[in-house]
Amino acid sequence: MRRPHRVSQALSCRVGCDTVQTPDAGCPRAAGSAGVLLPPLWIRFSLGNTPAPLPERPGLSLLVAVVTPRAGGRSLRAHGGEGGASARSPPAPAGSRLIRIIYAAVSITCKFMRIYLHTDEAGQEWVAFKMAERGGRGSGGHGSLDKSITLPPDEIFRNLENAKRFAIDIGGSLTKLAYYSTVQHKVARVRSFDHSGKDIENEPLYEITVQEEITARLHFIKFENTYIETCLDFIKDHLVNTETKVIKATGGGAYKFKDLIEKKLGLKVDKEDVMTCLIKGCNFVLRNIPHEVFAYQKDSDTEFRFQTNDPNIFPYLLVNIGSGVSIVKVETEDKFEWIGGSSIGGGTFWGLGALLTKTKKFDELLQLASKGQHTNVDMLVKDVYGGAYQTLGLSGNLIASSFGKSTTADKEFSKEDMAKSLLHMISNDIGQLACLYAKLHNLEKIYFGGFFIRGHPVTMRTITYSINFFSKFDMLEMDRLERPLVNLPLLKDPSTYIPDTVDLTDDAMARKYWLTCFEEALDGVAKRAAASQPDSMDALERAEKFRQKYWNKLQTLRQQPFAYGTLTVRSLLDTREHCLNEFNFPDPYSKIKQKENGIALKCFHSVIESLDSLDWEERQFALVKGLLAGNVFDWGAKAVSDVLESEPQFGFEEAKSKLQERPWLQDSYNQWLERLKEGPPHKCALIFADNSGIDIILGVFPFVRELLSRGTEVILACNSGPALNDVTYSESLIVTERIAAMDPIIQSALKEEKLLLVQTGSSSPCLDLSRLDKGLAVLVRERKTDLVIIEGMGRAIHTNYYAAFKCESLKLAVIKNSWLADRLGGKIFSVIFKYEVPCQ
Amino acid sequence: MEPLRNGGGGTEEKPRRRGLGADAGPPRRRSSGGGGGGGCGGGGAAGADSAAGPQPRERIGSISWQRRDSVRKNRPPFPWFGLDIGGTLVKLVYFEPKDITAEEEEEEVENLKSIRKYLTSNVAYGSTGIRDVHLELKDLTLCGRKGNLHFIRFPTHDMPAFIQMGSEKHFSSLHTTLCATGGGAYKFEQDFLTMGDLQLCKLDELDCLIKGVLYIDSVGFNGHSECYYFENPTDAERCQKLPFNLENPYPLLLVNIGSGVSILAVYSKDNYKRVTGTSLGGGTFFGLCCLLTGCSTFEEALEMASRGDSTKVDKLVRDIYGGDYERFGLPGWAVASSFGNMMSKEKRDSVSKEDLAKATLITITNNIGSIARMCALNENINRVVFVGNFLRINTISMRLLAYALDYWSKGQLKALFLEHEGYFGAVGALLELLDSP
Repeated sequence: MRRPHRVSQALSCRVGCDTVQTPDAGCPRAAGSAGVLLPPLWIRFSLGNTPAPLPERPGLSLLVAVVTPRAGGRSLRAHGGEGGASARSPPAPAGSRLIRIIYAAVSITCKFMRIYLHTDEAGQEWVAFKMAERGGRGSGGHGSLDKSITLPPDEIFRNLENAKRFAIDIGGSLTKLAYYSTVQHKVARVRSFDHSGKDIENEPLYEITVQEEITARLHFIKFENTYIETCLDFIKDHLVNTETKVIKATGGGAYKFKDLIEKKLGLKVDKEDVMTCLIKGCNFVLRNIPHEVFAYQKDSDTEFRFQTNDPNIFPYLLVNIGSGVSIVKVETEDKFEWIGGSSIGGGTFWGLGALLTKTKKFDELLQLASKGQHTNVDMLVKDVYGGAYQTLGLSGNLIASSFGKSTTADKEFSKEDMAKSLLHMISNDIGQLACLYAKLHNLEKIYFGGFFIRGHPVTMRTITYSINFFSKFDMLEMDRLERPLVNLPLLKDPSTYIPDTVDLTDDAMARKYWLTCFEEALDGVAKRAAASQPDSMDALERAEKFRQKYWNKLQTLRQQPFAYGTLTVRSLLDTREHCLNEFNFPDPYSKIKQKENGIALKCFHSVIESLDSLDWEERQFALVKGLLAGNVFDWGAKAVSDVLESEPQFGFEEAKSKLQERPWLQDSYNQWLERLKEGPPHKCALIFADNSGIDIILGVFPFVRELLSRGTEVILACNSGPALNDVTYSESLIVTERIAAMDPIIQSALKEEKLLLVQTGSSSPCLDLSRLDKGLAVLVRERKTDLVIIEGMGRAIHTNYYAAFKCESLKLAVIKNSWLADRLGGKIFSVIFKYEVPCQ
Repeated sequence: MEPLRNGGGGTEEKPRRRGLGADAGPPRRRSSGGGGGGGCGGGGAAGADSAAGPQPRERIGSISWQRRDSVRKNRPPFPWFGLDIGGTLVKLVYFEPKDITAEEEEEEVENLKSIRKYLTSNVAYGSTGIRDVHLELKDLTLCGRKGNLHFIRFPTHDMPAFIQMGSEKHFSSLHTTLCATGGGAYKFEQDFLTMGDLQLCKLDELDCLIKGVLYIDSVGFNGHSECYYFENPTDAERCQKLPFNLENPYPLLLVNIGSGVSILAVYSKDNYKRVTGTSLGGGTFFGLCCLLTGCSTFEEALEMASRGDSTKVDKLVRDIYGGDYERFGLPGWAVASSFGNMMSKEKRDSVSKEDLAKATLITITNNIGSIARMCALNENINRVVFVGNFLRINTISMRLLAYALDYWSKGQLKALFLEHEGYFGAVGALLELLDSP
């Protein structure tokens, strides 16, 4: 058992994940069309507002998402290495070399929760989630009834008043409930003042308000069946505004509890087929939840490899391991077929294990297995041959006969050894059958799911976490995002695109650095958050809660880097934003951004003047320098902010002087210049903006203006929601309007729609080009965009550094972090200027 | 007995095509010693050979063929043994010549005679050795000699005692070759040499298995058919055992269930490949039964199983769905989760050892059936022959296999069985002895 701590999906919630798409009632969606994009959800795994001490006990927290692929790392493992086949999980049977085994936890949580989508008569999709069939019917729950519910129901069933749709999955021992509800939360808004006849000089640029916004949110809860009555009562008492008449139900218990539910809630129970739900849920998850799928390779340095969401998920073989095993061939969104199964599954492990070891609980059996030596019980090839079976090339360590050594009445075998042998026997058997079915049906992808996989010690070989199987309530919430998210059409290969540059789960040194970095910055972030709401009575208190929560997450990640899926700088940043939001700090930087934008606007004119005075070639360089210098302005860098407050114009110049002299750390400026000189103007440029203030106004806009002058159209993409001091879409509208008032080129470009402002769909300081606002993608296509410009550390270095495009691209950033600079072979304020042209 | 779990994936892919010449293989060459080149044309061996008839052979092969024909009297000296040392059981076949002339009798050395007497006059040897008298093949002509073929088995853990006995009876002085197959041929090779002064002729177990199957089937079972099947396997009332004519056996899926399971696709006499295998075999059944019920013999385990009710232990489809799960066409009686009911403490406390034994048997058997069925489909073969000692006196498993194959394939696949269940490897080893030049 090496690396026992690496159990990724064991714990709690993945917060860093950005968005997922989920079907929605309003979405026109042709039945049967696999590729239709669905309106997304904003995933916000909030454990957050639960004051209970969940985070300290990872076992108790909820969660989502197991991990994933790294398609770019191409780590889909071809199966069939040498040796130790008995320990490896699915053995590769004849001819299976080509079959790539991908271990997937279909479970969306540490426990075997899965998401199910139900289709109702109106063709609307419902989302329910379900725990895998977990055996234990009848006896389920016995093991841990001593643990009582630790959370009061009103903290479990949140936002119940407005719940709209219900779906329930009642298994043998656990009930899973999902409902859509609307929730109010605070969002920061900006609004232009009516400046007519006022003293513009002394007024802020625009008004900031915090408003309540209503969002659709999906809630997932699971609890023991024992509490079903209590829970139903609670729901009934609180379900006030709903017009729902029907509750969707699936799972074996749907039959058993039908009457109870109908009586208690006065809702009609509409039963859904378990398998249909499973498949829909699986598709949903594979397609939408990042880090859902992971590949596992025994004995490799990184045992888990997370897979990115591959848009081409079909066809695949779904091996669902519950009490028994179901093998389903899934061809499209709506077409699937049960092609086989096996009765040897999780129930066999549990049942037989309980008989053999007198151990009652599933988790304890897994624990036992982790300590055992199966070779004491199994007859190996070498026990029969004395060595390897040379003619067939069978290694001596292969199991010839499971339990073959226990064929004697007079010898005692340890519980641990028997449990281990049993586990090997069952997982090998499942793997073998899966391979045989995959071969027969000519499928290359096999996803294993179901509760047996969860923390499966053989597939994962590690079980250090001890989640008690029965004892708790888990919650998951997802907010719906109003707009669909899609790939950037200019990505060279969307299926291999991975936003993140460094996988911190792979890179221990980098991980240590960044975790420390985020820890050190945390106090400052919390202070700034509190300061951003001076009028709020409880701002300090909420800021402290935020600090505590994020700190706990960082500590968890130190111990278990896989806890929330793949760990990246992006996930750390995003998680921080989520946490801030959760404690009602929707935009801590709003006032700073407001001030900075106002200051920068005042300098715009003079910057343009000085640029216009330069000759063409000088001007191009000055524009690039301006863009880079603007990027130095990051409120993380305190020295910069001091200067800025006193004398913005000087600060900008100062920043330029700090920039590394050419040649830069990454320097393809000459090629860029050459391109501008020799080539035709670009048709259309897509620019992803970074910071507010100097960056956007004095760096990006002059550059945009120059492009426009060349006849290049510009699409300026800003974040939909706030993240750090990044400029948001709504801020960019106001800023642009003000610049247009000063500058005729910008003004006419706006009028003629040659300069277009769009939102990215993201609220992250980083950039995931596979999840962009659909409007942006449409525009990019329409305008035949042939140049992508990405600026800033978050978007061009932490993410997208290696992103390849179908068209020309510019990635610019100033490295404002000495450790990172050092790692890349430079110093702080080193410059990255990466101009790339796709090979023809 | 066979291993095994198919392991690395790669090895099974190559069909192990063997020409007749290649068939002569290293073991035989090793044992040729004096180079007399005794051929054997008699009986079924010749029949099997001639089946390969006009196919091009390698030179060595054809030379030995001619030699065999011309010098047919020059056969290996008695005694003729074939040994298959598996993981759990050792299978020994012994040819007892019945056409011994008085002259021969006189020349016969004393210890050879005592071996013959010892083996043929007893049905049990020591506390664990057993002669399966009912399987004895009478009046067999082998290499021009007429006699009876005896089938003997004993547990592999008694192997040292067996070697010891060989040593005491001065087996080595007989200058015979002991042909052995199975994993034990490798494992115990050194012991044979040091304790018994015997040089084993090691043979590949799968080669021997196929050779044995084809031979025994060709000579028949004392006038009856060696091969049989169950008619109406899905109907308990009308189900009956009937002979099956395996005259044109190819292609054929051969499932050998020993301690573990090997599955071979056989396309012709010397063209076959190991498709896969599983570690869930007879050893698993017996091993689990020992742990679960405290029984100590295979027979005891089977006997308990015959009295048990596995539906108390297994969770059936109907336990979950209340009946058939129609959407997938799953009948209510199908097992959804083997041992699934044992997750519950009350049920654990209420089942008997017999129930557990039965459930174990059903689980293992169904799993083998399932894997065999998948292999048959993958290889596009519709006849599946089950052999191996797991099936000995195990009608429950045989009928279940027949039933499962028939049911799940909707009658497309046929499960066949052979009377001499686990002895084919040993028979193959004996044939190799007689075939050796």
